Amino acid sequence: MSPPPRTAAPDPAARRSLHRARPRYGERVIQALLLLAALVSVATTAGIVISLIPPTAEFFGRVDVGEFIGGTEWTALFTKPEYGVLPLLGATLLITVIALLVAIPVGLGAAIYLSEYASTRVRKVLKPALEVLAGVPTVVYGFFALSFVTPLLQEHWPFGEGPDFNNALSAGLVMGVMIIPTIASLSEDAMAAVPDALRDGAYALGSGKRVVSVRVVVPAALSGIVAACVLGVSRAIGETMIVAIASGNRATLSFNPLDAMQTMTGFIAQAGSGDIPVRSFEYKTIFAVGALLFVITFVMNMISIRLVRKYREVYE
Amino acid sequence: MNHESAPDPATHRQDPVPDLAAQDASRGRSMALAIGDRRRGRPVPSLDDPVFHISDLDVWYADHQAVRDVTLTIGRRQITAMIGPSGCGKSTVIRCLNRMNDLIPGARVTGKVVYYGENLYDTEVDPIEVRRRIGMVFQKPNPFPKSIYDNIAYGPRVNGMKGNLDDLVEEALTGAALWDEVKGKLKANALALSGGQQQRLCIARAIAVRPEVILMDEPCSALDPIATARIEDLMAKLASEFTIVIVTHNMQQAARISDYTAFFTADVDSEGVRHGRLVEYDTTEKIFENPADPRTEGYITGRFG
Amino acid sequence: MTDIRVTEPPAHAEPRKLGGPRFRPGEAAFRALLLCCLAVGIIFLGVLLTYVLVEAWPRLDSRLWNNFPSIRRPERAGAQSAIFGTIWVVAFTALFCLPTGVMAAIYLEEYADPNRWYNRLIELNIQNLAAVPSIIYGILGLGLLARQLALGTTVLTAALTLSLLVLPVVIIASREAIRAVPQSIRQASLALGATQWQTIRRQVLPAAIPGIATGSILALSRAIGEAAPLLLLGAVTYVAFNPEGLESAYTVLPIQIFGWISQSREEFHHLAAAAIVILLAILLVMNAAAIWLRNRFSKRW
Repeated sequence: MSPPPRTAAPDPAARRSLHRARPRYGERVIQALLLLAALVSVATTAGIVISLIPPTAEFFGRVDVGEFIGGTEWTALFTKPEYGVLPLLGATLLITVIALLVAIPVGLGAAIYLSEYASTRVRKVLKPALEVLAGVPTVVYGFFALSFVTPLLQEHWPFGEGPDFNNALSAGLVMGVMIIPTIASLSEDAMAAVPDALRDGAYALGSGKRVVSVRVVVPAALSGIVAACVLGVSRAIGETMIVAIASGNRATLSFNPLDAMQTMTGFIAQAGSGDIPVRSFEYKTIFAVGALLFVITFVMNMISIRLVRKYREVYE
Repeated sequence: MNHESAPDPATHRQDPVPDLAAQDASRGRSMALAIGDRRRGRPVPSLDDPVFHISDLDVWYADHQAVRDVTLTIGRRQITAMIGPSGCGKSTVIRCLNRMNDLIPGARVTGKVVYYGENLYDTEVDPIEVRRRIGMVFQKPNPFPKSIYDNIAYGPRVNGMKGNLDDLVEEALTGAALWDEVKGKLKANALALSGGQQQRLCIARAIAVRPEVILMDEPCSALDPIATARIEDLMAKLASEFTIVIVTHNMQQAARISDYTAFFTADVDSEGVRHGRLVEYDTTEKIFENPADPRTEGYITGRFG
Repeated sequence: MTDIRVTEPPAHAEPRKLGGPRFRPGEAAFRALLLCCLAVGIIFLGVLLTYVLVEAWPRLDSRLWNNFPSIRRPERAGAQSAIFGTIWVVAFTALFCLPTGVMAAIYLEEYADPNRWYNRLIELNIQNLAAVPSIIYGILGLGLLARQLALGTTVLTAALTLSLLVLPVVIIASREAIRAVPQSIRQASLALGATQWQTIRRQVLPAAIPGIATGSILALSRAIGEAAPLLLLGAVTYVAFNPEGLESAYTVLPIQIFGWISQSREEFHHLAAAAIVILLAILLVMNAAAIWLRNRFSKRW
């Protein structure tokens, strides 16, 4: 095959070796520093867990877990405290549901338009416009919910008695608008990842754009869309300022969206912004509710991340 | 050198390159026969002074064996061409010669690539030092988004080379036959050059660190015929000083410029997976005029592709 | 997709003409519905901005930035301490989180082997952190920084907490910018015998800087608007002085706005709206800068 070499290579001693001339410690040090920076994020999670666990453990040293999970009275800051988290959990759930009733259809509709209908130029203008919504500080949303949306609802309420000054409805509605960009943008990413071959197949059968969007693209992007919705849920559950401003500070177990109620985040904000001594039991309750909130959102985030991976694996 | 001074009026004249278009046209129909066209005046091909001994080279990308059992010797100051159909592993082999395959996650190399008596894949060997001595030019021109001057000066700078940088830049650009075209605009962005100029800039950038070998991975595949002809002329000139290994999908190019040619092909196994394999390696003249293997003959006469 | 109906063509049907586009009411209605969805968000934004501006108008004057807050005399109250507090806190947030975030991004894009479990863990962790509620960061700041490390409720604690909060955003944006630098640039550099760090510092980073800067500005604008974690970190008191150092007490604009919203008197309502206008104006300038940067240095290859 190849002609055999007739002479050996030149004397290796005469040449500089290819071996490492110097150890390049600098490169190693830099790599270690960069890794360290990446580990700051791990330390953050560790820090959250570390700061949550001891006070939460102390809390449950005095409050029965069953009473916490099953109790229907939450009066942690009162002189005769009760520690049933259901009112906080119920309020969180109710406001989240209202927000999602707004955000999922609207966000999904916007995503379908951006992904399937809009020209590149239109998308380039509309997408950032939608993302401005995500950039508005939540305290501004809260202000708007309290002083614009609530009075509007009170004035034009068609059936019977209108909503309270603080109520779950306006907080939920405004929160829904806040979440639209999250759902729209992530769903659009998922739809954009659907291969054109699938669409072409449906068009070739004579389907219109609507059928292709609803029957082909949405089902194919479903795991990504669900991931977007789950992330939306996570954001709704964790949102603080809107509920602290608009839904009130009274923990009541009610599923009437016209009532004032306090969410988990609302309680943390209320209790945390007061001047509570470290040794007091009220201080521990902040962490106990925080731990519950962290666990719930953690589960949501993991589900969402899983789902996003799934569609990436399929199409990318 | 004063690269900042006003451009010399002379640079704006078309530089005295022979009329390449005409040359190409006259060569026209019988390109395949123009063996050694650009080798005029070069010494007789010889492997007496070897640079690389590649033996039993296997390359794996994760679980896929891309190249199987390659053994060949590359001579000093020779132009060695690697040809073959796509997927035959020729690019993979050339990337083993300066350990660029290290950068692909999951790539694994077994066998030996002995370079002047040292196996490049010894654990002691420093891939940075290997790449400093064995330069590379890529398929698509990839100048840095910086000035022409900074493109050339980059290699010497990162390698801590001593000496006057301005002289080095001029020398490298002259060596790559680009100096006359760019000497008035060394501060201009390299991305403003034409494709052919960019590729010559990449060659200049490679020779600025004074390598011993230049590897070229399909350097002309993104260029038009005139730019290609210029690069081929340049290679013939550079071969008096450097060892050149070139991968090309263009057999005529291999026939025109190279001293030795290695023909690779892809074996397809029972599962339909392709594995690159070296079929025949000999002087270019032999490969193109009297190949020993029927597969080589089939390829160069265009019967298989 | 499962909805398949097979209809036999009529026996002697004339071939139908492929006439011009027919009006399909279903298609048109669907399209209109989708446009409405987009309009909801954009109209909401328009109404919100108009309302805030109208409410703010009576108080949008120099008192706002010249005066300090006052509980009893809303007509003399201003937000100077909150404006300065915001500048202090965000400046130190940038100082802490930008280097860390960019370095972490370099590690993940250029060095980390995604097959290693610890690199996958870091990645998963960052994705999760990006979606952890901001008030949880407040708890971290309160429990760990303010109390355990005894930093107190100071500018330093606030800046550190916000740094951790926006760190995932900085990392994710920087990674995208670094990933956008073509692989051929890295190969060219490495083939010349440059080390990996030389390649990163001299080629990859300069090419990625505009993208990193854009992402960083957007991350910092999130920090500016963030209020929830600072509620727990002592910003809710009336602070009638500008911060003088890292150890100083502080308040920031969003918290000041929250404080004024909670007051019942009408004047405070206008004051809150006026402060919102200032806050939105700052964010607008930052976003404009980010967009300008993106367009000015858009990809050249």
